[in-house]
Amino acid sequence: MATLARAEAGEIDAVLARLAPLPSAADLRPPEVGLVMLRGRTGGDGAPFNLGEATVARAAVRLADGASGFAYRLGRDARAARAAAIIDALWQDADRRAAVEAALKPVRARLAGEVAQVRAETAATKVDFFTLVRGED
Amino acid sequence: MYVAAKGGEKAIRNAHALLGKRRRGDAGLPSITLDQIAQQLTLAVDRVMAEGSLYDVELASLAVKQARGDLIEAIFLIRAFRTTLPRFGNSRPLDTGDMLVRRRASATYKDLPGGQLLGPTFDYTHRLLDTSLGGEGGEHAVETGSDAPLAMPRVTDLLGQEGLIEAAPEDDGSEPFDITRAPVSFPVDRATRLQTLARGDEGYLLALGYSTQRGYARSHPFVGEIRFGDVEVVLDVPELGFEVSLGTVQVTECQMVNQFKGSAEVPPQFTRGYGLVFGQCERKAMSMALVERALRWQELGEEPGSPAQDEEFVLSHCDNVQATGFVEHLKLPHYVDFQAELDLVRRMRAEQAAQMKEAAE
Repeated sequence: MATLARAEAGEIDAVLARLAPLPSAADLRPPEVGLVMLRGRTGGDGAPFNLGEATVARAAVRLADGASGFAYRLGRDARAARAAAIIDALWQDADRRAAVEAALKPVRARLAGEVAQVRAETAATKVDFFTLVRGED
Repeated sequence: MYVAAKGGEKAIRNAHALLGKRRRGDAGLPSITLDQIAQQLTLAVDRVMAEGSLYDVELASLAVKQARGDLIEAIFLIRAFRTTLPRFGNSRPLDTGDMLVRRRASATYKDLPGGQLLGPTFDYTHRLLDTSLGGEGGEHAVETGSDAPLAMPRVTDLLGQEGLIEAAPEDDGSEPFDITRAPVSFPVDRATRLQTLARGDEGYLLALGYSTQRGYARSHPFVGEIRFGDVEVVLDVPELGFEVSLGTVQVTECQMVNQFKGSAEVPPQFTRGYGLVFGQCERKAMSMALVERALRWQELGEEPGSPAQDEEFVLSHCDNVQATGFVEHLKLPHYVDFQAELDLVRRMRAEQAAQMKEAAE
């Protein structure tokens, strides 16, 4: 789910294409766009407060073979949310799970690579302090 | 005299068409794309998301373009848009302790676990205009270090372990007040202040924060920590019965550490002011933390009397959409009001002239 929430629309389409042929999917919840209020905590660790909203697209589907799936993703791409819900439903099917995982592998690799790159680039800006010795000799 | 006026439809239509043409500028130049705005005017987009109180990079980029770079106009567009959508729910509070940190600085500890990471900052630049940016920029090679994840406890957690700083107010499970859902009546609680400040105007909060440093509600602040990076958004979905990860957003957090408060029961401790803002908005997060701390004067038993401590004044005027709406409405037709005033001033002048004539006789 977390991977499908972070995948680009094009990546989701590519995953679906790899999993074809697909059973037909009916909407349990038509794809829609709305808001989620994001909360913070006072002082970072205290009582919650409302920080501001974010756009979210969601969808829920049922496949012809019975499995249902859903998706919630930041952003307004309702079509991608529906496609992600179909992938989620396919994942619920034990016979297809391995194939879904394999299709998601490039997405996971891309996401992990981006995180590693942020860490590596940021690490290069780490300050190495050295203490100046007072001239008392 | 009262004269009802109607008209101007054609003028308005033509003015908006002209606005469209001026917005586009020289048609021989390529139109700027939303991706270009998001990637290259990132901090403008961040400010629009923060003060528009809506996290959506693409929409904020569009708003910046549509507003011709007028950020308050862009914020206005975003606020108007958000009223068109239903709300699905409230997220779990963001865990800033578990951030993919892109920048982190502390003015209180030089050696803190996880280290100080300057990240992409204007700090330490010489503020000299770089004429090379006027041309087409190429690739920018950067150095890299280890990509190993590092634990980065908040500085306030380190101080808190020793009891040297006040604890944050406890989460008692109650729902925080939401200024977008219910009218605000003063006095308000800390959660309401934080929500109001988080969407408040950066310039206004900067000026108020600055005033506290200059002695109007002095609190002797240190930046305990500033961190900027990506945090996960988690939503409890009631119909599913479990929580889902919606993706990540970028936020800036500022922990301001301020001078002491103690009592018979509690030995002296540092106090704190808190800032949390969408995007990389460091100046705003710091200003927010300064003002948030100043507003706590009553709770901390401090002397009142400075502008930044006046909750009703600070919070009632920090919203730039409300402020611009009321200020800018002054240029809309007020012909009837003005006719009445004109009539009044003529009568006053006539009365005064009559009185003077009477006195002279």
